[in-house]
Amino acid sequence: MGELAVTHFVVLATVLFALGLFCVVTRRNALGILMGIELILNAANVNYVAFARYAQTGYDGQLFAIVVIMLAAAEAAIGLAIVLGIYRSFETIDVEATDRLRG
Amino acid sequence: MSVVTVAFYVIAVLTAGSALGVALGTSIVYSAFALMGTLLGVAATFVLLGADFLGVVQLLVYVGGILVLTLFAVMLTHRIADVHVSNRAVGRPLGVVLVGGVCVYLVRVALRAHWVVRAPVAPGPTIYGVGDAFLTEYLLPFEVASVVLLAALIAAVVISRKEVRG
Amino acid sequence: MSAVDHPTPAAYVALIPLLPLAGAAVLGLFGARLQQRLGKAAIGWLACATVGAAFLLAVVAFVQLLGMPPEARGAGLLADLFPWIHVGTLRVDVAFAVDPLSAVMILVVTGIGGLIHLYATGYMHDDPGFWRFFAYLNLFTFAMLTLVLGDSLLLLFVGWEGVGFCSWALISFWHKDPANARAGNKAFIVNRVGDFGFVLGIFLLFWTLDAHGHGTLLFRELRTVAPALAGERLWGVAVPTLVTLLLFVGATGKSAQIPLYVWLPDAMAGPTPVSALIHAATMVTAGIYMIGRLNFLFTMAPATLWVVACVGAATALLAATIAVAQNDIKKVLAYSTVSQLGYMFLAMGVGAYGAGIFHLMTHAFFKACLFLGSGSVIHAMGGEQDMRKMGGLWAKLPATGKTFLIATLAITGCPFLAGFFSKDAILWAAYASPHGHVGLWALGTAVAGLTAFYMFRQVFMVFFGECRADPHVQHHLHESPAVMTVPLWVLAAGSIVAGYLGVPHALGGPVGIPHLFERWLEPVTGPQVLAEPAGAGSGEVGVELALMAVSVAVAAAGVLLAWLLYVRRRPDPAVFSAALGGVPYRLVLNKWYVDELYQAVFVRGTLALAALTAWFDRWVIDGLVNGAAAAVRGVSALAGLFDRWVVDGAVNVVADGTYVVGRRLRRLQTGAVTTYLYVIVLGVLGSVALWWSWAGAS
Repeated sequence: MGELAVTHFVVLATVLFALGLFCVVTRRNALGILMGIELILNAANVNYVAFARYAQTGYDGQLFAIVVIMLAAAEAAIGLAIVLGIYRSFETIDVEATDRLRG
Repeated sequence: MSVVTVAFYVIAVLTAGSALGVALGTSIVYSAFALMGTLLGVAATFVLLGADFLGVVQLLVYVGGILVLTLFAVMLTHRIADVHVSNRAVGRPLGVVLVGGVCVYLVRVALRAHWVVRAPVAPGPTIYGVGDAFLTEYLLPFEVASVVLLAALIAAVVISRKEVRG
Repeated sequence: MSAVDHPTPAAYVALIPLLPLAGAAVLGLFGARLQQRLGKAAIGWLACATVGAAFLLAVVAFVQLLGMPPEARGAGLLADLFPWIHVGTLRVDVAFAVDPLSAVMILVVTGIGGLIHLYATGYMHDDPGFWRFFAYLNLFTFAMLTLVLGDSLLLLFVGWEGVGFCSWALISFWHKDPANARAGNKAFIVNRVGDFGFVLGIFLLFWTLDAHGHGTLLFRELRTVAPALAGERLWGVAVPTLVTLLLFVGATGKSAQIPLYVWLPDAMAGPTPVSALIHAATMVTAGIYMIGRLNFLFTMAPATLWVVACVGAATALLAATIAVAQNDIKKVLAYSTVSQLGYMFLAMGVGAYGAGIFHLMTHAFFKACLFLGSGSVIHAMGGEQDMRKMGGLWAKLPATGKTFLIATLAITGCPFLAGFFSKDAILWAAYASPHGHVGLWALGTAVAGLTAFYMFRQVFMVFFGECRADPHVQHHLHESPAVMTVPLWVLAAGSIVAGYLGVPHALGGPVGIPHLFERWLEPVTGPQVLAEPAGAGSGEVGVELALMAVSVAVAAAGVLLAWLLYVRRRPDPAVFSAALGGVPYRLVLNKWYVDELYQAVFVRGTLALAALTAWFDRWVIDGLVNGAAAAVRGVSALAGLFDRWVVDGAVNVVADGTYVVGRRLRRLQTGAVTTYLYVIVLGVLGSVALWWSWAGAS
């Protein structure tokens, strides 16, 4: 590779992470929040792979990323099921509306 | 500037731009499709980094599975009438500040850190290595992850099932 | 003093008091039923029979004593029934003793008492409480006999209290009228005051004797050991004086002297036979008897004798002045009794014990006769007792009138009747005795004059002149039945004859008639003043005769004055009652306001004291108790406060604090997912930052 250092990929991952975080904390739509979470996970994956490539630690970086993807799939499935359940109860998926547990 | 670098920058901009679209999208559908772009971008990044199998997996699972699922959910819960309402963000300034701060700090760290770098190896097919690793050294995480997937499967079915009054 | 000190056993003597007691018991328990079934006659028979039998036994005892040599008589007869109190050095048995003195007393009590019992069967004929009356009367006879026969001071006191109780019961016999009940209560309460002194005297006597190792209360022993107290002093006062003064206080109560005489006039509320028996002949003489019995003790206390004589003389004068103005037939006789008792005490006070007892005996005869006669008059008048409504009864009530006149002559001291001898014996003793004083003689003589006046005033008002009664009362005037007039005649005879037992030496000496009475009592009373006139010269005799003549003249003057005022009506008695603004008259008519004085001082005083102590009890003592309770309440209230505010407060603070904290913390649960996400993110970032700084990462 040319001047491509690990830093570039880390910065990219950071930007993704930041945007994902932004989605999580700001969005009212439950699905929007889930998308944010996906972004964050992806950012983590990018970091993993970049480190695996540049530090030459074998395949464990990629394996990590695969496991993360698997877990992301599981989490997305359940999360979406919950969102559907919420939609059924509240007629909306606006997280501001689901404050029944308010103390 | 080599081709790889240029490719990286293009992919990076595409990915980051799509991510921005996810974050700032006015409608949830827009955000969903922007997410698709981001995920594609990330898959390209993986390939760029030599993790070809991972990139494919990303495409298959994330884009083909998760994103489709998300889109399904979006479609199922989407109300044409309150598109804007449901997507309106709250506490945006605070979020910007927080996230901006985090981003800046992390970037600073990334730039300053002494990364461990070793001589790169020529990129080749990684599938064989990954497969081997999964069935030898990393067998336990593999099996556990399968169990988790099973649990998630059952959970999703249970949760989304309509209440049956007995 | 008798040389032989051992009494002769005579068990039958015990029957003398016990027979009337049996009568009282039978009548008390079964009287109502007996009266229903067998009628009042049976009751009357039973009551009179017991006293009559006692009289016969008394005569037997007297005869037995007569048969004994004079030295042995002093010890007398003794009937020891059973041991009574044997505690420490005190040994007292229930035993009855007859010696010359008590022989005189039992003859008077049973003889005159028996006559009065007989009279009462007629007088109380119409009363439904007939059986109750005779039960009490018999009980009284028993108590009086115990008093005079008791061989110890304690048994005497038992009889003393017993007659007090019976007196109360009989005065308030017609108790449905509250005035009668009050009279009875007054008698009893005033007596109690005297009895208190009496009891203290007994205690002191025994205590001081016991200090010498001679602790005893038996009369025959007291006579020998009493001289041991001769020089003793207690709290600065000679012991014999103290003891006898206390005993005399009891005597003033029982025998109605100053200051405790006020009950006797009120006692006239009882039926007339009661007044005759108790308040003339017997109970009121108990004080005289007591002094006579303990004469050796009184002789050791000249100061007390002086007090006794002065009190007696003063009482005689006071009562006589009051009697002069009274209009109730029985009140006159009541005050007359008080006055005559004063004479008897005067006699005892100058050491003439025999003379006092002699007057006691003669007085019993004529006073009983007078009272029963007045009862007869009241009976004939249908219950009227005011002399102003009487008059001219001589023709209608011949027996009553004659006996009344005889008895009046006797009391006045008409020569050769009983009262003459006894009264002159007293006056002579007052003059000539070493304990006597001419002033006392003068007082006694003045009282004799007053006595003559008011007694004849009574006779003239009741029996002579024109009858002032209502016409229908006059119509019913009749003489009393024989059962009432026979006792009157017997008593009148006694009023004449009894005096001859005590002919004074001045009269009898030249003629060879001894003073039988004095000689009879000598074993008990010791050599009397009159037994041996000092000097035995005719000079003494002359003085005695002269004094006799003076007292007769004074009495005659009194009779004359009464005749002038109440028969001739010139001058009119109203002149005297209106004299000096009517003040002296009102004073004597109202008994010198003594009762009012007592009421204001003693009764009100006692009530005030009671109120004061009640106040003290309610405010101080109860206050203390209530204060303690209040203090406890206060302390418990404080404790309650502590419990409520501090202890509960601590618990409540914990609970409320938990609640407040919970309420604050509750706000964390916003329910908004966004907030939760924020917190998660911040938490993660925070912990990462912490970890970085801790791990020292760049």
